[in-house]
Amino acid sequence: MTDPTLATPASARPDLVHKVELLISGLLRVGVVTSLVVILAGLALSFLHHGDYLHSHHALKGITSTDRPSWQTVRELREGIRHGRGEAVIMIGLLLLIATPVMRVAVSVVVFIVERDWKFVAITLFVLTMLILSFLLGKAES
Amino acid sequence: MTFGISIVAGLAGSLLGLGGGIIVVPALTLLLKIDMRLAIGASIVSVIATSSGAAAAYVKEHMANLRVAMFLEIGTTVGAVTGAFLAGHLQVRWLFMIFGLMMGYSAVEMFRKRHHEDGGAVPPDRLADRLNLHSGYYDQAQQKQIDYRVTHTLLGLALMYVAGCVSGLLGIGSGALKVPSMDLAMRLPIKASTATSNFMIGVTAAASAGVYFARGDINPLIAAPVAAGVLVGATGGSRLLPRLRNNVIRLIFVLVLLWISAQMLWKGLHA
Repeated sequence: MTDPTLATPASARPDLVHKVELLISGLLRVGVVTSLVVILAGLALSFLHHGDYLHSHHALKGITSTDRPSWQTVRELREGIRHGRGEAVIMIGLLLLIATPVMRVAVSVVVFIVERDWKFVAITLFVLTMLILSFLLGKAES
Repeated sequence: MTFGISIVAGLAGSLLGLGGGIIVVPALTLLLKIDMRLAIGASIVSVIATSSGAAAAYVKEHMANLRVAMFLEIGTTVGAVTGAFLAGHLQVRWLFMIFGLMMGYSAVEMFRKRHHEDGGAVPPDRLADRLNLHSGYYDQAQQKQIDYRVTHTLLGLALMYVAGCVSGLLGIGSGALKVPSMDLAMRLPIKASTATSNFMIGVTAAASAGVYFARGDINPLIAAPVAAGVLVGATGGSRLLPRLRNNVIRLIFVLVLLWISAQMLWKGLHA
């Protein structure tokens, strides 16, 4: 690292940094829009099948109670999608939404490698590892 | 109804760098009589939606400081894991009291320092120099470029660790502790603090979303209107933030912080 431009990547190459920021911003936008479309489609499907949700408070109460299928396993989701269940479609959309920030961190690793900013490659990899660890801890706990 | 409340939550959350859980949870439980567990599950979804919805714009406009965010996420993620380990071993009651007081103090300090906005030199910080954390953004309200230098980076990291622990333990306050840390310790301009906090909370929430998902606390028919509403609100909020004056944002934030502080103290006293 004798070249001073490599030691100060962010200020020395603003055009590259700007491209990176546009990439991350674009990724977030795509993630958000995709998940929103899927969620709304699922919501529409739910109301189409069960029109009573819209006006009957009782039917809505039933669906929001805690003792219904919760769509938490891959199998449940696949079955739900096959039967055209709106809730399963919504769940896919929500999962996309949850995955968006994680994807953002993963993409940042690649970006910092391209930028040759090794300090931040290490930082980002560490954050990603902690994220995966906390996800696994959560799974073990329940 | 849920959709409408969620728009407000997304708007407020994206402006202040908070998750919006402080609006979503009481609204769902008190107004719509939804089970507390499902309300919290929905609020996790709302945090992620607020973050991703607004961050797209904040990153593009340089409002969120990507490098500061990524560096501080070391603290929040390690804190979140610690919080998960400590859960059940600590008296939650005292935690509520301690952090209620701490947030009250931060609110008062942030109000007192309102004239420091964009003001002058900050103490030099070698770590901030080496990690190249200094940045700048274009302020639409003032019609000029604001360049700022970051300071007390290690203190900021330590505070983020605490913030991560607390949100892992108590399930609240992730943004409410992040913004004062960046504002008071690291001396980021208030807009940069809220936008950066907003960018960060999505990552923290995504980590804990796994827990809620596995427990079945995320109900699709409750979370869907919340997510949709919050996304709409957050998009609006991200358009609004660059145009608002710094002191307006600061004042709203201080009031909300006082409200959260009072809520936590109340929980501590009555738990």
